[in-house]
Amino acid sequence: MIKTYILEDLDCAHCAGKIEEAVAKLEGVKKSTCTLLTQKLVVDIEDDKAAALSAEVKKIVKKFEPDVEVIEK
Amino acid sequence: MTKKLKKRLKKIILGATLFLVAVLCNNMVALVEETILGLILFLIAYLVIGGDVVKKACVNIAKGQIFDENFLMLIATIGAFFVGEYPEAVAVMLFYQVGEWFQAYAVNNSRKSIKELMNIRPDYANVLRNEEEQTVSPEDVAIDECIIIKPGERIPLDGIVIKGNTTLDTMALTGESMPREAQEGDTVISGCINLNGVIQVRVTKTFAESTVTKILDLVENASSKKAETENFITRFAKYYTPCVVLSAALLAVLPPLLLQQPFGVWVYRALSFLVISCPCALVISIPLSFFGGLGGAGRAGILVKGSTYLEQLAKAEIVVMDKTGTLTKGNFAVQKIVPAEESMTEEALLEITALAECYSNHPISVSIKNRYGKEIDTSRLTSTEEIAGFGVKAVMDGRVYYVGNDKLMQQINVTIPDVEPIGTVVFAALEGKLLGYLLITDEEKEDAKKCIDGLKKHGIRHIVMLTGDRKEAAAHIAEKLGITEYHAQLLPADKVTNMEKLFANKSENGKLIFVGDGINDAPVLARADIGIAMGGLGSDAAIEAADIVIMTDEPSKIVKAMDISAKTLRIVHQNIVLALGIKFLVLILAAFGFASMWAAVFADVGVAFIAILNAMRAMKVPE
Repeated sequence: MIKTYILEDLDCAHCAGKIEEAVAKLEGVKKSTCTLLTQKLVVDIEDDKAAALSAEVKKIVKKFEPDVEVIEK
Repeated sequence: MTKKLKKRLKKIILGATLFLVAVLCNNMVALVEETILGLILFLIAYLVIGGDVVKKACVNIAKGQIFDENFLMLIATIGAFFVGEYPEAVAVMLFYQVGEWFQAYAVNNSRKSIKELMNIRPDYANVLRNEEEQTVSPEDVAIDECIIIKPGERIPLDGIVIKGNTTLDTMALTGESMPREAQEGDTVISGCINLNGVIQVRVTKTFAESTVTKILDLVENASSKKAETENFITRFAKYYTPCVVLSAALLAVLPPLLLQQPFGVWVYRALSFLVISCPCALVISIPLSFFGGLGGAGRAGILVKGSTYLEQLAKAEIVVMDKTGTLTKGNFAVQKIVPAEESMTEEALLEITALAECYSNHPISVSIKNRYGKEIDTSRLTSTEEIAGFGVKAVMDGRVYYVGNDKLMQQINVTIPDVEPIGTVVFAALEGKLLGYLLITDEEKEDAKKCIDGLKKHGIRHIVMLTGDRKEAAAHIAEKLGITEYHAQLLPADKVTNMEKLFANKSENGKLIFVGDGINDAPVLARADIGIAMGGLGSDAAIEAADIVIMTDEPSKIVKAMDISAKTLRIVHQNIVLALGIKFLVLILAAFGFASMWAAVFADVGVAFIAILNAMRAMKVPE
């Protein structure tokens, strides 16, 4: 399934890349795309792993960009 | 400007002022650089400007992240302090912050302007419930409910006008400035703005299924299909920074050890390397260019589902086009009126056929009536009788006329001339004698020729037209438009077979584009490298199956899309060459001691600045 997160106040291109990469390494993630310009993180994840995703994503984002707010869409 | 940006700007200005004071003091008092007072003044300015960078760097190191840009800046500037270059240390931090601020500002700005471009989301709907008007959210309106749209309001949901008439501004959806008429019975599309009349609309689709939602979803998800160049830059950035940092380390250590030279000089050069080590200019300007290109295309009524398609469009090699509805209008028009003898005028012949056909709603009859254009005086008709598959027998002014096809003429023993059957021919006969005929063809769109010429100008030599229509009709249109290859009388399945053949002819990197009107050609749209659907307004199937959706009926928009693609890629390439070129040049100069840290700051921040300004050009649609 596809999950979308809005990363509010994300304004560093680098960090977007790092977040994308880190999320892609999570278990069950097939594809992750983080786009600075739309401030969105789109994750394609296996259905049975999706429940834990939000917490993991928040952890990753906090690690790279502590000021960014993660909003689940 | 957001609050965060304002705050950062204030800090930069304050820091810059302190820096200036420090520089002036240093010069006026003629203090030697190494004095404590100078150091303190510069340190204060440094901390005001770069305090958060220092903090972030420390926090990130604690989390186990090295090679972070904050960390690199910290090393570069602290190093500069140690080799006694106080002003440069502060300046590097200052320019770095200015650069970062500008990047955030530029991104924020283009994000906002693209959002505005696509600001088509309706906020509310006036729904009529129990004879009372209620304002509700568009999501809460059900199918078959009646909504009222007043002048100046945005149509919230797709539906059919049941009362009133008006003109609609479809600019935000189609890029078309010409308002569109809408009257009772017409379908209206969500996202358009009602210009003058009050209309009542019966809702035919829920908000989630409405055109406006589909388009917004499409635009918002566009950025996830990234172009190859974007992915390349991301990969490149991953290796670039560690490489530059490593060479900086070697540069600081090796030459002094091997050549027995003082450390200070080489450390300074190595620090310049660190300043250039951030690939910001590329990492930000390339996606920004594509984003701008997508936004610009959207404003021109061309929805591109991802930057990858914008990139691939430039590699188009074969363009396959559907005929009916794409190159032609899909409706019929009288092309020629040919009276059989001199005593008959064109007008008289047209009048006779129009009168005879006046009760028929067949597209051919409609085209004749449209051409006639005047009110039909039905009092002249005594009777008409439709002969299915042949034509009409009409008694008019007391005489018996036959109007119809060649078979009808044979049946009543009227000899007819040979007519090149490039379309439909309607003959008219009176009392066993031919009066003349009308030639009716599917008209090509006004800009169809412009489209083909434009494609050729873009270097596309292989243009193929596919159609289910008769060979003669296809040949006629193909010749008129300058298309050399066409395949006619195809069933929908044949189109896919034809495409496969074309795929076999294509070079490895070339792309095959299919352009259709989205009706019956979803399999072909999906099979092509890039599927372009025309007239996307109101056709869900087209919006879903295609990679690029052209909101209007104009085939020339394909050329516009190619223009936008070419321009965007030009900007992308300029930025890559500019950024990498200057960075490598300065790296080399710095290694040999010809470039100061100032040049390094320019190679980092200055280049990012120029690249971003350049990227923002992509948003402007080429004329």
